[in-house]
Amino acid sequence: MSSGVTGAVALRWVWSNVWRLWFSAAVLVLWWVLSADSTSTFFPPLQRILERLHALWIVGDARSELWSSLGHFAVGYTVAGVVGVGVGALLWKFRRIGDAVSPVLYFVYVIPTAALLPAIVAIMGIGSAMKITIIVLAAVWPTMLNTLDGMRGVDPLKLDTAKVLHMSALRTVRTVVVPAAMPQVMAGLRHSLQVAVIMMVVSELIASQSGIGFFILEAQQRFAITEMWTGIIVLALVGSVLTVVFIAVERVVLAWYIGARAVERKG
Amino acid sequence: MAGPDPSVAAAKRAGEPVLSVRTLAKAYDAGTSREKLAIAEVSFDVARGEFVCVVGPSGAGKTTLLRCLSGLLGPTSGEVRFEGTPLRAVPDRLSVVFQDYSRSLFPWLTVNRNVAVPLRVAGVGKQQREARIQEVLHAVRLGDVGRSYPWQLSGGMQQRVAIARALAQQPDMLLMDEPFASVDAQTRFDLEDLILEVRRELDITVVLVTHDIDEAVYLADRIVVLTGAPSRVQEIVDVPLERPRTQLGTRSSEAFGRLRRHLMELVTTSS
Repeated sequence: MSSGVTGAVALRWVWSNVWRLWFSAAVLVLWWVLSADSTSTFFPPLQRILERLHALWIVGDARSELWSSLGHFAVGYTVAGVVGVGVGALLWKFRRIGDAVSPVLYFVYVIPTAALLPAIVAIMGIGSAMKITIIVLAAVWPTMLNTLDGMRGVDPLKLDTAKVLHMSALRTVRTVVVPAAMPQVMAGLRHSLQVAVIMMVVSELIASQSGIGFFILEAQQRFAITEMWTGIIVLALVGSVLTVVFIAVERVVLAWYIGARAVERKG
Repeated sequence: MAGPDPSVAAAKRAGEPVLSVRTLAKAYDAGTSREKLAIAEVSFDVARGEFVCVVGPSGAGKTTLLRCLSGLLGPTSGEVRFEGTPLRAVPDRLSVVFQDYSRSLFPWLTVNRNVAVPLRVAGVGKQQREARIQEVLHAVRLGDVGRSYPWQLSGGMQQRVAIARALAQQPDMLLMDEPFASVDAQTRFDLEDLILEVRRELDITVVLVTHDIDEAVYLADRIVVLTGAPSRVQEIVDVPLERPRTQLGTRSSEAFGRLRRHLMELVTTSS
């Protein structure tokens, strides 16, 4: 009986993944076929783009642009995550201070960070510090606000339980508040990830000499449209890989939450 | 834990009630225009080893009373003493079991780690901790579920985990808020018998708040009947049914029926 069941499960797994991929595959094929004879400057054949991509990014040295960008991203995103969770937690802990500070925070929050760019460039110049600052300034908010919200939303009965179990304030935070808020903290971190990738590129579009954003802009200005497209595709791949890695981490960190939710849905 | 001199403590225990409630009153938003009196005046004592149920019509402020008895909520006036000491916070020797196990258990911790929480708080070493976890899981008749998460278990089993966690710190008294209200009827009977067995084996004092009159009669030595809000003590009813009690035998006895009828009258006329 078991081998039959396993076979059926495996078949369903294969089928669900085929179903998941067919549309993407169709789009790729369509792009390949429709662009094959293209003479348009702006939409070169996909085949040519991929050939250039291979030559530039895999064989060539354009990769160094990617490493430069990812370096800024890594530092900026880490700082944004740590500061976001930290300040969010402090605003939760010191509610009275939070009440006074929140209006200012929200005021800064609504300024599009792109609008601050000229000011930041003026103050910090055009080096790595400027790029990291921009990433942090934009990416800190989703994590901070979600952390604050998640901690405020902890079930009061869980806090009563902590008191009944004689937990100290520190232990309550560690054992109850942080895990209970974790699903929302992770949602914030995921949003921050997307914002950080966007700002990584934006920071390289102004007064920059390196990075993948610079590469794309510079290719466009040289009318090297095929190269421009390779940069965009690499960027899309990088974004996808980062998202996949994040989801993998999330599945480990929130294993209990995903499991409990699945049980809940079954009723 | 460095307690008081054991002989003094023992002398105290013999004479004094475990829990003593004196003219307890609780108002929410006291001193404001929205002031709402939840408990008007409640007084009763619970002797060592006794099983006391508190019943009342719905909305009678039972949960407020429980929060005052546990030390989670301070009274507006009057006093609650636990083992002779006025309550300021939740006392060390008191454990609480809430109604909703899905909210009181920590879903991010396995069963073992949930039960371990109070032991870790008390600084119990790893080996002793593991032994104690086995002990209390056994006491609530839970088999090999330590590595599971609470949400992988049935409702009845989850409430057993919550009871095991409450027992882990070897409390003198167990305070329970409608602990069997979220499970089905059969599980409810099982858990009622379980708590009677646990109480007999561990010689523990139990105060259980419920809206279910049958449950109160089945479990209790004495029943404190509250009026509707704001709560007062309407009557304290002795339950002289013999022990050990059985669901079928006890519930079908004539004495059970008489007590049940008397309590019904009290609760329905007061609401």
